[in-house]
This record gives sequence, C-alpha cells and structure tokens, in this order.
Amino acid sequence: MTLRSYVIGRVLLTIPMILLLLTLVFVIVRILPGDPVLVHFEKQATPAMIEEMRRQLGLNKPLEQQYVDYLLGLLHGDLGRSMADFSSVSQQIFTAFPATLELSIYSMTIAVLLGVFLGARASRSYNSVEDHSIRIFGIASYAIPVFFLGMVFQLIFAIDLHLFPTGGRVSLGMIPLGLSIGGFHLSTGLYTVDSLLEGNLAKFLGAFHYLFLPSLTLGIVLSGIFVRLTRSNMIETLRLDFVTAARARGLSERAVLYGYALRNAFLPILTMMGLQFAALLAGAILTETTFSWPGLGRYLVDRIAFRDYTAIQGAIVFFGLLVALVSLVVDILYAYFDPRIRF
Amino acid sequence: MTQDETRGRIIVQLLPRIVSLRKRGLAGWITIIGLAMVIAVVLMTLAAPWISPHDPNEISIGPVLAPPSWSFPLGTNHMGQDMLSRLIWGGSTMLQVAVFSVIVCLVVGVPVGLLSSFAGGLVDKSSSLVMDSIYAFPGLVLAIAISAMLGPGAVNMALSIAVVYVPSYYRIVRSQVLTIKELPYVEAARMIGAPGRSTLLRYILPNILPSIVAVATVNFADAILTAAGLTFVGLGLPISTPDWGWDLTYGRRLLPSGAWWVIAFPGLMIVILALGFALAGEGLSELLNPKLEQ
Repeated sequence: MTLRSYVIGRVLLTIPMILLLLTLVFVIVRILPGDPVLVHFEKQATPAMIEEMRRQLGLNKPLEQQYVDYLLGLLHGDLGRSMADFSSVSQQIFTAFPATLELSIYSMTIAVLLGVFLGARASRSYNSVEDHSIRIFGIASYAIPVFFLGMVFQLIFAIDLHLFPTGGRVSLGMIPLGLSIGGFHLSTGLYTVDSLLEGNLAKFLGAFHYLFLPSLTLGIVLSGIFVRLTRSNMIETLRLDFVTAARARGLSERAVLYGYALRNAFLPILTMMGLQFAALLAGAILTETTFSWPGLGRYLVDRIAFRDYTAIQGAIVFFGLLVALVSLVVDILYAYFDPRIRF
Repeated sequence: MTQDETRGRIIVQLLPRIVSLRKRGLAGWITIIGLAMVIAVVLMTLAAPWISPHDPNEISIGPVLAPPSWSFPLGTNHMGQDMLSRLIWGGSTMLQVAVFSVIVCLVVGVPVGLLSSFAGGLVDKSSSLVMDSIYAFPGLVLAIAISAMLGPGAVNMALSIAVVYVPSYYRIVRSQVLTIKELPYVEAARMIGAPGRSTLLRYILPNILPSIVAVATVNFADAILTAAGLTFVGLGLPISTPDWGWDLTYGRRLLPSGAWWVIAFPGLMIVILALGFALAGEGLSELLNPKLEQ
C-alpha cells in the first residue's frame, strides 16, 4: 500500500468515528433524562419563557430535525448559541482555544522531556535503587490528581515564596500584539509566540512566568507514562545485538544510550504523544480551573456552573474533533516513519 | 458443572496466587504494599463512626481555619469543622462510587467483549467501533457531559465514570479471547463437542480472569481520580456529605489565606487510595505478564 492510499483509508475511517461521537454527544444532551432548558431554569421560569427559549435554540423542532440542523451547523463550524447569553459558542471557543493550545504544548514538552530523561536513566541502572525510585515516581505521578499537585505548587511557589503568580495568563497591559508590518498583522494567540513576534522580551518573560507553574503541573502528571514507555523500550533495546556491537566498538555508554538505544524508542514515544493527547486535554480542564487559566477547559467548567447546555455540548464536540484530528495526524506520521504499518 | 460452581472454582484458584505473592519478588511486594494501602483506607472508612472524634458535618466545633493543634490534629476549615473527622469519613462516597462504577464496567464490558470476540463479523466490527470511539474520547470530558446531564448524586457519578471505562474492559477481554480462541486446548474442547457457550465460560473465561482483575484494580484508581475531577469541576455531591474531593475543591478558595492543611490532608488521602490501587494493579499485571523480569 502506498502512503497515499493509507492516508485516504485512514481519513475515511475517521468519518464514522466522528459521526458516532457527534451522535453520542447529541444523545447525551437531548435524550438522557433531564431537559436542558428545564434544568437550566430550575423552577423559576414561566411556561411561556421556557417555550420562547426552546424556540430560540431550535429545541421545539422534532428530534430528527434537530439532529440534522446540528450536523449541518457543524459543517459550517457553527456550534450553536449559548443558553446563557445567546453568544456564538464557536466564537467563544475560538477565543479560548489558543490559551489551551499554549498550555498543552508546554505541558507535553515537559512531560516528554522529563519522561524520556528519567526513563533512559532508569533503563541504564536497571533494577537498582535509582531504577526503582524512578518507577515509583512514574506510578505516583499517575495517582496524583492534577489539581491537587497544582494547588501544592501554588501554595509553595506562589503564596509562600512569591516566585510565580497564583493564576491567570498575563499581567495587565502585557498582552502581546504579535507581528505588525504596515497593514499586515499576524498574531497566534499564543502569548509566548506573539511576544517574540512583537520583539518584546519583557512580554515574553511575563507570559512565560504565568505559564510556568500550570505547565509544570500538567507536565509532571503526564510524564509518568513516558517514563514507563521509555524505560521498558530501552531495557529491551539495550539487550539487542546492535547495542552490544556498538559497545564492543568502544562507544561511550552515553552515546550508546542516547544515540542508539533512545533512537529506537522514538516511534513508540511519538505514538504515545498522540494517545496522551486526550489525557492532556482532560488534564488541561482541571489545570486551567486550578490556575484560572482562560482556556477551553475553564470555559467548559464555567458553563457547567451556569448550566449552559448548548455551550457544554459545543465545548465537548470541539474536544472530540480535536482528539480525532490529532490521532489521525499521529497515525499518518507513524505510517510515514515506519512503512511496515502500511502493509 | 453449573455456572456458580465454575465461578467458585475460579475464585478458589485465584486465592493461593494472592497468598503466595510474597514469594514473587518485587512485583509481589508492590502488589502487597498497594493492597495494604487500599485496605488501610477502607478499614478507616468502615470504622469512621467509632474512631471519628467529632461529627464531620458539625460546624463551629472549633475556631475557623485553625492550623493543626493538639485538639484538632489536622486543623479546622472555614466553617470550623474538624478536618480529622472529615478526613476519616470522607472516603466513603468516593469508595462507593468507585466500587459501583467498576461493577458496572465488569457487568457490561466483560460480556460484551466475550460475545463480540466470539461472534466475530458485523457484531464485532460495530461494537469495536463504538467502544473505540468512546475510548478515544477524553475520559473526563465524557464523564463531565454525562454527569452534567444526569445531575448530581453518587449513582449518577458512578454511571458516568463507568461509561468512560467500559471500553478498557472490552478491549482487554476481546484481545485476549482472540488469542486464546486459537489455542489447541480450546480447539480440543470444541472437537469433543463442547458447545460454544461452555467453551467461552469454562475454557476461555477462567484464563482471562487474571487480566480482568488487573484491569479492574488499575481502574479503581482511574475511577477515584475521575470522581475527584468531577467534584472539582462542580459536578460533585451535595455539600452535606463529607468528601475528600469536595474539601479539596473548596480548599482552593481558601488557598490565598495560606491554610495548607485544608487541602493537604484530603489531597494526600486521594493520592494514597489511588496510588494503592495503581501499585496493586501494576504489580498484578507484572505478575501475570512476567516478560520483563527475565
């Protein structure tokens, strides 16, 4: 199979998965016990108000019509209107997304670097005290609620030592503007990138200052899986003949470990990054809430408090689409790097 | 042999394995330490009515936000409630939610996995598609969606967690059945005329049971962390129930006051419980799959 036909097949397979996911969300919001509009108002609305709300949100139409409207809307990138203030849910999500993306990128980087570093060390000192401590770190990092770790960091580094802010994303007046040359304007919404585009180092450091604790928290919690993966992969690789051959040629242990053995663990790590993306988003929801980080997760949690069901549905659909897209990209990358997958 | 007898035999076969854990080196010790942590927490929760110094819900039992002292070893919270009493009682809901969700997962995931892998064809393809879609979805997000719709309550919380983790059971059962189904002894059973149902229940199921136990053990940790997460995003139980997740969630608002004891102790309890299950699950799966030990 060529890479092209593999990609086409994989894309086609994504479609039923996405449809299923959209249907699942639709079913959860409309068919599970609990009418979204009634739950939203609890008992304080007149029947006329409820009817008007239903009409505005299109909830008075038959279910199958609602389903079609919902899917057609999605094709245009329309996630409906918020039940709380009738604002466009797509617009809100679009505004909040860069904050989540920035947090995710930094957290994943920390998780992979920390995980691979510790995993490689553990495999080098297999079955020693160091190995066992690293393994226990790997399991423990999995068992810590991310928001608990976040609060511990806030207590120590923000409230006690005043090294970092307790929460938020940027200080007043420090929002980076991005690149502006004449009429051309480019801003990504990622503050660390925009500040560099603007050429303002103070803003970059400011953004980084806010980003540090949240991404460290989420990075540590996610690193456990990379520790385990790197460790077990490298222990197996270090027993292979080519490693013995490299050692026999007199290469330093460091070169063998990082230049030869680690390279072999690259593909599993790449795959795991894709698989962990869902966990990353789930962790981001809790981390954003802990650190008042104005991203998608916090939007979702805010909307839960307002019982804004259309917004909740929109945010969840967006999370689902994101995960489907990322797993598609990772699979294609995997096939590109490892031609065996395609056959 | 009836189904009950089969089940009895399976349990009898499992018991000596647990008793002889100590002989199995590091993995055995990890399992024992994990189980000991879990059992300690469970015993504390069960004994709560006798060992708790105060009523966990009684307000103004002590000063507001008092740090740990002799009279209040873990301090008090913003309502003057005794944190030690809340800690002793606070695991009950979380454990119930976890147990209930794991039972639902077992009852749904295992039979569906067995049937789908044994039946094959369209049944297998369609159920795999559904399970894979759920599996790929961020677990907490799905649990939030279901929980938000079902409303508060321990049973609803457990159900929404169960939906998220059923695919884990389905996948492990399915992949194991697909392997075991081809083994000569299963073929031999079929040759001597064992009907499909009995092949599945008497020849295949006992062999995948240890893997299911390992998955369920780790899943307890997942369920506890998801329950804590749901509470943290505001989908928890009513305030009147003492709960570590709730104390931790409310503790966030008290952080600026520097009242570390309000979050540290309930948080540590969640970590101990989840870590206990995670260690036990890790040890068990290594005992069952000793590939790396050689």
